[in-house]
Amino acid sequence: MRVALFVTCLVDAVRPEIGFSTLKLLESAGCEVVVPEGQTCCGQPAYNSGDSATARALAEKVLREFEGFEYVVIPSGSCGGQIKHQYIELFRDHPDLKSRAEVLASRIFELTDFLTNVLRVETLPSTFAGHITYHDSCSGLREMGVKSQPRALLAKLPGVRLTEMKDCEQCCGFGGTFSVKYGDISGAIVDEKCRNVRASGADALVLGDLGCILNIEGRLRRTGDSKTRVLHISQVLAGDA
Amino acid sequence: MQTQSMHFKARAGQKLADARLQKNLRKLSEKFVTARAAAITELDDFEGTRSAAVERRNRALERLDLWLETFERNATARGAVVLYAQTPEEATGLIVEIAKKHGVRKVTKSKSMVSEEVQLNAALSAAGVQPVETDLGEYILQINDNEAPSHIIAPVIHKDKEEISALFAKTHGTERKSEITQLTREAREVLRGHFLSADMGVTGANFLIAETGTVALVTNEGNEGMCTIMPPKVHVVLTGIEKVLPTLEDVATIMRLLPRSATGQPISNYFSLLTGPRRADEPDGPEHMYYVLVDAGRTGLLGSEFQEMLRCIRCGACMNHCPVYQKIGGHAYGWVYPGPMGSVLTPSYVGIENALDLPHAATLCGQCSVVCPVKIPLPDLLRKLREKQWERGLRPWYEHVAIGGWAFVAKRPALYALGSRIAVRMLNWMGGSDRLIRQLPIGAGWTRSRDFPAPSGRTFRDMYRERRADGARSV
Repeated sequence: MRVALFVTCLVDAVRPEIGFSTLKLLESAGCEVVVPEGQTCCGQPAYNSGDSATARALAEKVLREFEGFEYVVIPSGSCGGQIKHQYIELFRDHPDLKSRAEVLASRIFELTDFLTNVLRVETLPSTFAGHITYHDSCSGLREMGVKSQPRALLAKLPGVRLTEMKDCEQCCGFGGTFSVKYGDISGAIVDEKCRNVRASGADALVLGDLGCILNIEGRLRRTGDSKTRVLHISQVLAGDA
Repeated sequence: MQTQSMHFKARAGQKLADARLQKNLRKLSEKFVTARAAAITELDDFEGTRSAAVERRNRALERLDLWLETFERNATARGAVVLYAQTPEEATGLIVEIAKKHGVRKVTKSKSMVSEEVQLNAALSAAGVQPVETDLGEYILQINDNEAPSHIIAPVIHKDKEEISALFAKTHGTERKSEITQLTREAREVLRGHFLSADMGVTGANFLIAETGTVALVTNEGNEGMCTIMPPKVHVVLTGIEKVLPTLEDVATIMRLLPRSATGQPISNYFSLLTGPRRADEPDGPEHMYYVLVDAGRTGLLGSEFQEMLRCIRCGACMNHCPVYQKIGGHAYGWVYPGPMGSVLTPSYVGIENALDLPHAATLCGQCSVVCPVKIPLPDLLRKLREKQWERGLRPWYEHVAIGGWAFVAKRPALYALGSRIAVRMLNWMGGSDRLIRQLPIGAGWTRSRDFPAPSGRTFRDMYRERRADGARSV
């Protein structure tokens, strides 16, 4: 099965290891993975800032680069939601582009969703063991329907003990540029997330979006917690954590 | 109410620093969220009921003119007078005129957010008419120097029992009470005198029912009944034109959702359907009944990309579940309607340029639209308002520069690869030995409350290219 990987700009720049863990998971499940070279960003920062012309230009670029593939996999619910849902809205007045966006929307999958519902993987290249809690990132949960998939995959790892934290579906306060523009409000929201993570008693927080990872990890470290690990789901499932 | 929405950031900062408010907000948002979650499971088909409610609200809005005319015809036939106000000033003008015509000196009021919108109390007071709020929460705010409500259904959610107890003792000249039942009894004793001596009652409307010319009122305290069927000679219903529903069936469907979404109750304690003034064969009710139906920006949303906002049934679920509202409360938003629904309504009603922060002060987490009983796509509407700000050049210059510069690079892969290679090296170096950046040169908002975990120093694209060149992998 030939699969295109959308790395995402944040993974590319800040945590390339997430990209490699994703690659490993797909390849070990028998996929032929292609990483289109010219990819940059899905355009969400422009879209959420109100600059829809720029968002459209970047969306067109993504369309050109990825529409030739039967499957596109992305290790982020947020960028996935942008491509799957918001592109269609962005092109509401451009029928040709809109129908191309609809085709791409039917082919793009968040990583854990793809592993669970398309590849139906049974075994994972991981011996990760530890006590974890899982945060449901907003776009993954509410736009991409990612809830049971990561948990089903984690359940395949015998060494993993999952304790659900309080309000695991509550936003961590990241919100893209929100976290910079309204840093204090964002800080208060992520503080509550950190309290819930700690109260779960887990040694590691696992989640599927790098934006939320940087937000939560950044607050944990600032408040003196240097030991709670914050991991992307791909790192745990690929045995790279 | 004067809009203070341009001071959002400063107000939000004050609210975040208010430990007492933080405690009060935590307690109550948890209560509403939990109660709603339990209440919606009681319905066999909550999602189906939501869809039905959407259809019924849409049907009303698509031919709002027709249903308003139908309502007017039927309400008039039952003896009520239906008046329209295009602006807040017209609305208060009409009500003051009604008060003068009937020699009114005191008005009892049931809860109405539209009356906050049009600043009715100030207009009545200026005309020498005493307005008395009779919803307990609104009463508390009124005796606290006309403080603004901070929530649309729980106006005093920002206060705790101790604050209210002190306020009652000071205002009523009584001993401090420690029990809520003692406090409500005290309020009831004070309000009873007002109910008996008022000449006019003003209520809002949860719904106007076109086929019968009826107003539907939902309360938990029963004060709407006291305002309308006790001595007052006159009952004035003040509401927005979008509140009309074609039929009683519509109300039945939507009432399955409203109290459950609002407070988690299967049904409110009181639900009144009032049709026209007292008839000859009826023992009670007002002698005169008026409707003042306010536009004040609503028709501007009709037929626009924001029309869906008019479906709102004012349950407050969006703010109860909003991570931002839960941290800053309603006052920070600076006008009548807070939270996600307010962040759409405020710019729509007071001008997009007078509330620049509100559409941006949201994480777009999407929980508001998940819990909205009439499926208003609030994050989409907030994003559309951001688009409008951008198109009209209302965003600060540095945002245009930042997005413009970043987009220029993001559209050019070779330049992007080079730029990101340099940027991640710099950031990696800034991370020092513990891999944490404590102060970002751009993005100080981030590092005020958290560190930035440093990048590992090389981009995925560079590492991947290298790996492929090494022959470690073939595609």
